[in-house]
Amino acid sequence: MNRTEILDELKKILAPYTLDKEQLAGINENTDLIKDLKINSANLVDIIIDAEEKYNVEIDYDDAEKMINVGSCIDVISARLNA
Amino acid sequence: MSRRVVVTGIGVVSPNGVGVPAFLNAIQNGISGVKFMPLYQELNFSCQVAGKPDFVWDDLKKYISEVTFHGLKGTNIGYGITAALDAWADAGFEYDTDEPRWDTGCIFGNSVADTEAMKNVIIRVDNKEARKLGSRVVEQAMNSGVTSYIAGRLGLGGMITTNSSACATGTQAILMGYDYIKHGSAKRMLVGSSEYVDPYVYGAFDSMRVLSRKFNDAPEKASRPMSATAGGFVPGSGAAALILEDLDYALERGANIYAEILGGSSNSGGQRGGGSMTAPNPAGVIKSITDAVISSQIHPDEIDLVSGHLTATMADKQEIQNWSTALKRSGKDFPLVNSLKSMIGHCLSAAGSIESVAAILQIKHNFAHPNINLDDPNPGIAELIDLERVPLTLVKKDINILAKANFGFGDVNTCLIFSKYK
Repeated sequence: MNRTEILDELKKILAPYTLDKEQLAGINENTDLIKDLKINSANLVDIIIDAEEKYNVEIDYDDAEKMINVGSCIDVISARLNA
Repeated sequence: MSRRVVVTGIGVVSPNGVGVPAFLNAIQNGISGVKFMPLYQELNFSCQVAGKPDFVWDDLKKYISEVTFHGLKGTNIGYGITAALDAWADAGFEYDTDEPRWDTGCIFGNSVADTEAMKNVIIRVDNKEARKLGSRVVEQAMNSGVTSYIAGRLGLGGMITTNSSACATGTQAILMGYDYIKHGSAKRMLVGSSEYVDPYVYGAFDSMRVLSRKFNDAPEKASRPMSATAGGFVPGSGAAALILEDLDYALERGANIYAEILGGSSNSGGQRGGGSMTAPNPAGVIKSITDAVISSQIHPDEIDLVSGHLTATMADKQEIQNWSTALKRSGKDFPLVNSLKSMIGHCLSAAGSIESVAAILQIKHNFAHPNINLDDPNPGIAELIDLERVPLTLVKKDINILAKANFGFGDVNTCLIFSKYK
């Protein structure tokens, strides 16, 4: 799975947690989850849990802390997928 | 202390009607909201009927954001949000605000979190998967979940709290909101209560053998307050909310005023003198009613209608006796009396708020709603009061003053006095 494919999948995972559908449609690797997508910081946990389920991977606490923008989310997910 | 407190908005999620128009029609026409519950038969419960609102879960999207809706599982919270936001809109207020509404608080009662929804939590924890629970469990497990969702949606910035006092919860929430405005601590209060009797709570009541179990094949007849065949109560679920306002504030904005709250009293019989965890001390009940009348500065003879607690158990006769003693009225002189539970069952924490909305509608629309399922009145009650005072069909009448009381486990009592606003 390449980065673009992961980004498309990530969009679906993020959808229930943001009201800004326009921003969501146009996300790129620099999109910040909290600042740009206005996602409640408490919901980052839910996004990680959803991603774990979707990719059948485990994302540990240290990796989870890195997931602040779309690019870092893709980094963590692809690293786990290739682990 | 000259402040007066009025009701300017109402919302209701009742087993016999979701929304005020449907509910008003139901209580005027004696429409039951008690239904057969196939699941309860499957679970081998003795009582297999319940009062359950025809609630469409997806309709919550009209009230809360998609993000809030996603992950909301607590049925009690869903009911509460709907009733509260309907009441807010009914009072003529907008939902959205950028600034906190500092002058407005919320007291919304609740009993337990939705155990059915919490079952998933228990399973995951037992499975050593606690890390998969996510961020949305705590806010729904906490007793104040319902107030947190409501106050958050509306930006309420006054005191926000959840009260809990069993079956007296709803009336008590209203009384607390009334007191808060009366003392000048808020201009507006959103008050009410919510209850979802999930199978686990229901099962526990079933095991106490306090539920109606002889009418599983005729659910609408199962809740029979004041009747000779009253063999236990029927659990019900739902919520209701009221907007209370300082009269001056309401008048200034030209609000529609449904009714006035004249006063009330909340106490306990101390689980003494015949009172216990499950039974009220008559002296406590009588004192609660008497104190409510005194605080309202009315004479007991002015009460047109009593909206009783009257759950359809052996306690109904004692309750009528207590009202009669407290008001010093009996026979033909007793006020009209009705029990909404004949139509919707006993909504526990939500009983007081749903029944108070019914009270306000009866004041506003000049009627006393019928008592259904009363074809065989309890002879003991007939000795105390004239049965004409217990209407079987709708009575058209000006209801100027109405007394509403609820009594709950733990020997707790609350009585409110509502009146027409004049």
